[in-house]
Amino acid sequence: MDRFVFLTVDGLSRGAVYAAFALALVLIWRAARVVNFAQGAMAVAAAYVAFTVSTATGSYWLGFVVAIVAGLLLGALVDRVVMRHVDHASPLNPVIVALGLVLLIQAVLGMVYGNEFRPAEAPLRRSALTVGGFAVLSPYDLFVFATIGVVVSGLAWLFARTPVGLRMRAAAFAPEVSRLLGVNVGGMLTLGWALASGVGALAAMLVLPTELGLHPHAMDLVFVSAFTAAVVGGLDSPPGAVVGGLVVGLLLSYVSGYAGSDLTPLAVLVLLLAVLLVRPGGLFAPVVARRV
Amino acid sequence: MRRLAQRGLAIASTIALLAAAAGCSGDNGSGPGGASVPGVTDTEITVGTHMPLTGPASAGYSKIAPATKAYFDYVNANGGVHGRKITYKIMDDGYNPANTQQVVRQLVLQDKVFAVLNGLGTPTHTGVLDFLKSNRVPDLFVASGSRSWDQPDKYPGTFGFNPDYTIEGKILANYAKRDLAGQKVCFLGQDDDFGRDSLAGVEKVLGAAAVAVKQTYVTSNTNVAPQIGAFKAAGCQVVMLATVPGFTALSIGTAARLGFKPQWLVSNVGADHPTLAKQLGAAAPLLEGMVGTNYLPMQNDTANPWIQLFTKVNKEHNGDAPFDGNTVYGMSVGYLFVQVLLAAGKDLTREKVLGAVQKGGFQGPGLAPLRFSATDHSGYGGQRLSRVTGGVQSYFGPTYETDEADGSVNEYTAAPAAPPANGVPTVS
Amino acid sequence: MSATRAALPPRHQLAEAGRPVDRPRGSTLLRHLAVVLAAGLLLVAVSYAVEPFRNFQLATVAAYLCATAGLTVLTGLNGQLSLGHGALMATGAYTVALCQNAFADRGMTGGWLLVLSLGAAIVSTVAVGAVVGVAAARLRGPYLAGVTLAVAVVVPALAVTFDGVFNGEQGLSVPVEPPPLALGPYFPYERWQLWLTGAATLLALLLLANLIRSRYGRTFRAVRDDEVAARLAGIHVARTQVLAFVVSAATAGLGGALLAVLALSVSPGAFSLTLSLFLLMAVVIGGLGRLAGALWGAILLVALPDLTHSVTELFTLSPAVAQRLEGNLPLAIFGVTLIVVMIAAPGGVQGLLSRLGRRLRARRS
Repeated sequence: MDRFVFLTVDGLSRGAVYAAFALALVLIWRAARVVNFAQGAMAVAAAYVAFTVSTATGSYWLGFVVAIVAGLLLGALVDRVVMRHVDHASPLNPVIVALGLVLLIQAVLGMVYGNEFRPAEAPLRRSALTVGGFAVLSPYDLFVFATIGVVVSGLAWLFARTPVGLRMRAAAFAPEVSRLLGVNVGGMLTLGWALASGVGALAAMLVLPTELGLHPHAMDLVFVSAFTAAVVGGLDSPPGAVVGGLVVGLLLSYVSGYAGSDLTPLAVLVLLLAVLLVRPGGLFAPVVARRV
Repeated sequence: MRRLAQRGLAIASTIALLAAAAGCSGDNGSGPGGASVPGVTDTEITVGTHMPLTGPASAGYSKIAPATKAYFDYVNANGGVHGRKITYKIMDDGYNPANTQQVVRQLVLQDKVFAVLNGLGTPTHTGVLDFLKSNRVPDLFVASGSRSWDQPDKYPGTFGFNPDYTIEGKILANYAKRDLAGQKVCFLGQDDDFGRDSLAGVEKVLGAAAVAVKQTYVTSNTNVAPQIGAFKAAGCQVVMLATVPGFTALSIGTAARLGFKPQWLVSNVGADHPTLAKQLGAAAPLLEGMVGTNYLPMQNDTANPWIQLFTKVNKEHNGDAPFDGNTVYGMSVGYLFVQVLLAAGKDLTREKVLGAVQKGGFQGPGLAPLRFSATDHSGYGGQRLSRVTGGVQSYFGPTYETDEADGSVNEYTAAPAAPPANGVPTVS
Repeated sequence: MSATRAALPPRHQLAEAGRPVDRPRGSTLLRHLAVVLAAGLLLVAVSYAVEPFRNFQLATVAAYLCATAGLTVLTGLNGQLSLGHGALMATGAYTVALCQNAFADRGMTGGWLLVLSLGAAIVSTVAVGAVVGVAAARLRGPYLAGVTLAVAVVVPALAVTFDGVFNGEQGLSVPVEPPPLALGPYFPYERWQLWLTGAATLLALLLLANLIRSRYGRTFRAVRDDEVAARLAGIHVARTQVLAFVVSAATAGLGGALLAVLALSVSPGAFSLTLSLFLLMAVVIGGLGRLAGALWGAILLVALPDLTHSVTELFTLSPAVAQRLEGNLPLAIFGVTLIVVMIAAPGGVQGLLSRLGRRLRARRS
């Protein structure tokens, strides 16, 4: 029982980060119909900026804020400078460009910072508080849950309740009509990229202290898990991303705890197949009549 | 439709021309040397290596080959070996065995290197053993503790450098048996021959039943909380780690977060204090009391004449790069290779180099003996324990030597050699 | 709805691809045979003209070409995106390794054993491809990408989990017999490797080229362009997609098997997710949906590491700077090239060449 509680809590706290990262993927997919393979590399770049600021000023929180701002800017930059000019006639083109960005960003980071691991500090204690004899949550886990809770509800509010959110949704789903109605479709797209990249940067800041440390490739594995989470949940559904993230986090934790860590990729594949063969558009796919 | 055929032909012939042009230029390059021994002229010896310089596995390791090269540059600046300068070709394989295939063939077939030196990695280097053998290329001082390099009958040209993982496991287990008697010992190893060989060594000394909990990890999963949680639940008091540096840091960090503080006994591979401290950042004090092993001078031991020499070389020929265990390792490899070249004599051939290595008797920076002989192609045969005290990693106790079989763990008492005055070995 | 399908090449390309269909089929086969024979003769000539390392590189190009050709048929012609072709190559590679080891253990010798092993590699990859393909036929766009990505990641896990069979991350060695004595005692091994892989690849390409021009090729394209229309025209969409996946898997398996034979070893590190992504990049940069594009892609895959090294050697830098740039600078250059090519010439290298060719012809007439 002790072990089960432990693995559950551990899985949820990683799952929350996967959820945030998956959410970033979903945001870009909804806005631009692009699976952003460069998400991980972009987030690492933002984390490196935070690292530079934190070591220069000695303040973790300043670095944290700078990371998110850097993420927002990088997202906007990638859209304006690169993605805007890609021919989207074939959906493969943006994917390949994103892979090119991964190579470029990781190489530049390697040149500037070297291929060494840098410490990624956690702002709060990571040792668990014990409740009734059980080691349950660490202050850091609570911080992760709270931050991601705020981000998810903030985004939900943005899209559901604000005029900007409405325009973003309109621009994504019916760009031509929106343009006729006076919506700045290009601007909304850039905003979508910026938001997604900002959320990605935040997720990186949260997950890196639990990983090996800061490294140009630090988010590669997280990206794979998060992409899986987004696909399990359904790429069109933000709640799906959150649920998918938690499910993947729990699965990885249980499988490595009870079966052995080498089996986790197999478990992920089984999960994907099980979900997608029943629901080819993910758990939270909108029910659309299939075009046949 | 002929058009398509023509196009196909056009493409094919373009390739042919390109390849032919490249081929010709290559031939011209290697032609005029005149010497019958590949990679050796009257003024130059060309050797090559494959190393991960990029990619996730490159952390730390990417500094080894430049350090070796820096030592060669130092020797070259002091007149070289028998009047020949050493050229060291460093090829990046990104720790991808497919790339290793390519770059090693490039070194051997195109660059015509005399020998491959210190190729890094078990999965990467395993794949080129047969190729190097069939081309009769000396394959010296492989940078890995796998036992695969010690097969004189099957691979007569291949020699190891690192003490193998079984020896390491035996020496660490010997410490646990003697100094931590009665404590519950547990083991975390990488899920490959590194972890397996190490565990085999541990069990040879302690007995299979004595290791209470055995866990493994894979490098593709950075969450070791389940494994560490199992140790804690079982009440382990001593945890032995056969882990790469990243996972040593991760394991120690995770244990602290779970409120679990065992005595850590760490394999040499993952026990370099500067690397771990850098990765743990503010959490570096967690490393206090960690016991590790090593067989080369400790990089922080500024009183050691070898460290003084290597620091000087690092300053003069390596752009004063950060000095750590990898630098010491790379330069030690360079020193040994120069010793071997000297022993092989002025009239250099591949056979003579292999003969010189097998003859053995090399005294260098290493604390433990090098075991090279006609029947033994493994590298260092022992290690010394180190402990982190007050944020400084230093040696304690004697150096131990043992074998990878059932031999006992013995003290090795020979005094360490001092470096020659000018830092370049002489013919003994 | 194009967004959820994997690939739609520009219209003019479709028109071009559609044209040959009107020709009688018998001549197509003969023509392809002629091209393959010419290419084969050329390859033999080249193998004598260049030094061993180039022979090995060309042999590696041939092995990769098998995989990229299959991938371009799947993604370019049938519109299914696969991020898991590295795993299919691994299936072929491990099958060859296990077969060759089994033969060697039983003391069986003979040149035909390798052919048998390669055949077994294709069969096992077809089986795996059929399973993945059946799942893939239900999925579209990013969901298919997600599943194939998971397949790519599973390879090292399987190798480690069943290390009794696959020997974990260290992998297996692949015993291959030396060139037949009939070729002479000093026949360069690399030339023999080129002949071997070249022959296998040309055979695979011949079959693929004929498939593309056949009725099946047309149904592949029809399904890619419009599933509804294809269905109305009486095409069984799911069956077509599974068939495309199986064909693609077979060539990927052969490619992986050839790579293993070339390397004399197989290990999971050689078939990582990175390989799958690079295969995809290679076919898109080469020119998606064309076998010639697959050839450019395969050349790129082999030339890249070589280029990586040459680029850094161009500069004489201080050791400190060199250490940072080494490896990283070429990757950065490659990344930028990838982005620029995709923006400036989405048709890839082959698209550029055809455009150039058309312009030249237009000027001449």
